[in-house]
Amino acid sequence: MTASPQTHTGVHAVRFGVVVFPGSNCDADSYDAVSTFAGAEARYLWHKDEELDGLDCVILPGGFSYGDYLRCGAIARFSPIMKAVRRFAEDGGLVIGICNGFQILLEAGLLPGAMHRNEGLRFVCQLVNLRVENAAMPFTHRYDEGQVIQVPIAHMEGNYFIDEAGLSELEANKQIVIRYANESGEITGEANPNGSQGNIAGICNRTSNVFGLMPHPERVCDSLVGGADGRGVFESVIDFVKNR
Amino acid sequence: MTTGQKPAYELLGLKAREYDDICSRLGREPNYVELAIFSLMWSEHCGYKHSRPLLKNLPTSGERILQGPGENAGIIDIGEGLAIAMKIESHNHPSAIEPFQGAATGIGGIVRDIFAMGARPVACLDPLHFGSLEKARQKFLLDGVVAGVASYGNCMGIPTIGGELHFEDAYEDNCLVNVMCVGMVEHDKILKASASGEGNLIILFGSTTGRDGIGGASILASAEFDETAEEKRPTVQVGDPFTEKKLLEACLEMRDQGLLVGLQDLGAGGLSSSASEMASKGGSGIDMNIAKVPLRESGMEPFEIMISESQERMLACVTPANKAGVMAICAKWDLDATVVGAVTGNGRLRIFDGDEMIGDMPVKALVDEAPTYCITPVRPLHEADVALPDDHYPLPGDLDAALLELLASPNICSRRWVYRQYDHMVQTNNALWPGGEAAVIRIKGSRHGVALVTDGNGRRCYLDPRRGARLVVAEAARNLSCAGARPLAITNCLNFGNPEKGEIYHQFQEAVEGMAEACRELETPVTGGNVSFYNESFGKAIYPNPVVGMMGLVEDTGRIMTHGFKEEGDVVLLLGGGRPAVDGSEYQLRIHGEVDGRIPDVDLNQEKKLQTFVRGAILEGIAKSAHDVSDGGLACCLAESAIESGVGVTVELEAGPRPDVALFGETPELVVVTAAEADLERLERINGAGVLVKRIGRVGGNRIRISAGGKGIIDTPVAEAAQVWRESLEEAVAG
Repeated sequence: MTASPQTHTGVHAVRFGVVVFPGSNCDADSYDAVSTFAGAEARYLWHKDEELDGLDCVILPGGFSYGDYLRCGAIARFSPIMKAVRRFAEDGGLVIGICNGFQILLEAGLLPGAMHRNEGLRFVCQLVNLRVENAAMPFTHRYDEGQVIQVPIAHMEGNYFIDEAGLSELEANKQIVIRYANESGEITGEANPNGSQGNIAGICNRTSNVFGLMPHPERVCDSLVGGADGRGVFESVIDFVKNR
Repeated sequence: MTTGQKPAYELLGLKAREYDDICSRLGREPNYVELAIFSLMWSEHCGYKHSRPLLKNLPTSGERILQGPGENAGIIDIGEGLAIAMKIESHNHPSAIEPFQGAATGIGGIVRDIFAMGARPVACLDPLHFGSLEKARQKFLLDGVVAGVASYGNCMGIPTIGGELHFEDAYEDNCLVNVMCVGMVEHDKILKASASGEGNLIILFGSTTGRDGIGGASILASAEFDETAEEKRPTVQVGDPFTEKKLLEACLEMRDQGLLVGLQDLGAGGLSSSASEMASKGGSGIDMNIAKVPLRESGMEPFEIMISESQERMLACVTPANKAGVMAICAKWDLDATVVGAVTGNGRLRIFDGDEMIGDMPVKALVDEAPTYCITPVRPLHEADVALPDDHYPLPGDLDAALLELLASPNICSRRWVYRQYDHMVQTNNALWPGGEAAVIRIKGSRHGVALVTDGNGRRCYLDPRRGARLVVAEAARNLSCAGARPLAITNCLNFGNPEKGEIYHQFQEAVEGMAEACRELETPVTGGNVSFYNESFGKAIYPNPVVGMMGLVEDTGRIMTHGFKEEGDVVLLLGGGRPAVDGSEYQLRIHGEVDGRIPDVDLNQEKKLQTFVRGAILEGIAKSAHDVSDGGLACCLAESAIESGVGVTVELEAGPRPDVALFGETPELVVVTAAEADLERLERINGAGVLVKRIGRVGGNRIRISAGGKGIIDTPVAEAAQVWRESLEEAVAG
């Protein structure tokens, strides 16, 4: 189940692993998106796998792992693969959690903070404007700082919360990677689709190799189906790995 | 056999003569298990007692139809070795009682139908009808149904990309919750719900079996509502989309590994229905041991196990050699799986509780021999012979205000409040997002796409069920054509009142015949569907509402058309010869508070020519926008295109019918197309069929301006129209 790697001679493909938890439903979208990039290959990882051999980047995809029963991500974090993901991250491996994947990273303690239900108490699926706050990290360096990109969200629990001390720390370390913004890049209450603290849409860990975000970059990698603003995330990873 | 005062068969919804019929087929009186099973299989819901003879008149075959009615879903060839599986169903009564779970399990059921065919579900479309939003209960129902659809569909990762939303008093006590699912399958991976091969195993997998949904099909779906409706809440099932998602993946893995002889989902009628239908299709019999069925609660009676409608269960027919493979896949996905029976050659459904046989019935009697009834049709008094004259109603003093009121109508305004709650983007196939003429999904790795739409119009069918049904099919096809897709097939959900009444039977008969005529002429065969009768409360029926789900093929996803204007200076053209009328229109209802008259009939031959022409104009790259004239008439049609693009339009109509009729009257066979001036000659050249083309104006400015016979009748800023159109539904829900 490996996409054909379109590599330049002598350069080894950047290897993405897409974790499949029971209830994941953006695994195929992530796999398909990654597979469209030259120089990248994708393979699925079963949540009971315990090894991540040879991978450059692990994607925890969106969906409803374990039905989101109990609490989003609360059960998935006990899946056997999460031990391997933790080791992988500690060794500097790139980990990206999208939507439910972000929730799992929070539950697993790989990223700080927690999710409340959306302020409106409804599921929200729409395109949003995001301002790139930190374009000097492995997942976003292909964007410009302050750039506004359009990426969809689709979630019920994306209302990010962290205590004051935690928030200051995030800000001090430039761990807030993207925020909900209006078209001109202003961070306004109106542009906030879910009540998230400080309009936070995505954060990273202190070493910036673990990235969690509620928006779905994998859904906007092809202009036929809504845009291509999400490509930068995967292109950033590919570049970063190649130049590492 | 009696329980208290009434005989048991009557409590189970069977008539005395039906009971006698069962006795004669068995050669004895049935025991309670058998009676419970017969009562389900011979319920209106499962047995199609009042509809079967009439449904035979629908066209069901065509060169692209790989599977017509009779399986879990219809299958349509879309070329390149691929096919579309589709089916629509109703979950009206459960949703009226418990909107969240009713709608959620509706999605669950229709999705299982699709993957039972071996197809991966790629889209859902949900036509919903409620009473007026001014009533608190209707808001509660809308809120619950939308949340239920969202909860199940979103979790499954199947995008809900279309449907309908309609509010009218006729649905106040009987909301309509119809659910359609569409799947994609390679020709050589299509599965059938058949059990064959003596000695093959019957494996039940998925959720455990409990007492939920007992009597769903017979008691709930096959009777009118009365003051006991609330007591029927326990017959509504409870959904678990997480288990269904695992079930979906497990079934598709079994399909890919070629492990299945047949696959069937458990829906209405539970094990009884699934097992007997599998045996019927395979020309076999099944021995079922209920002692093996994993139960959710203790102390369940054998009949309860057989008729439970617990959700998220599948039944597979598997050779003994493939048993281990099936079990391994279920184990991988943490699903219970148990061999509960075996295929026999005796044509009987035999139920065992351990070693003891507790039921023995001929499969044919259960599946094919439910009695059918033909009722003497009675034409209702409200069906008029003639249309209303154009000057029947007083001319509104302010036509701009009327336009805004129509754009604010919950039947016309933006549906974003609803589809924002649905994950309509997952699977990343939406070439057209919700809110347009039709939804279009791409096929990964191909230039082709699939366009989908649902359409129903109960109000028009109420005024004239035959014309109304013809119109529904024509409009669905027109929507697809306006998106640039060629209509290929339909699935239908026929929502009606109590068919035992002559007036309802008349409506049903007329509508089915009208639908058959339109499907024949437009070459969109019926691939299956569902009949929902008894949509009545306290003797008052809903509007007769045959809902159509139609699919079409997009040859080139690079050439999909949208309805928004594209460029200032483009010429606005009116294609087709339809003449607007107020009868049955949204204008008549909203502005004059009536539903009256006789709706215009669609000239199917002209309609077909019009649609071919529109598709040609799109494929040739001439049309830059296309929008059919439907609810709210020409004025709303133009306004919607202006709102979508943010660009205005100036239109000059001939002095003809009264201004309100010209603006808001509704008609089949009319499409607004815009094109560049330079392309008009080319357009004429491809109009071999001689479709009427009128040049009526130009795109531009920031106002919607319409005049008739030189006199201005509409002049509204696009921004004002847009605001009203965008915000009305949310305001109505919140207000």
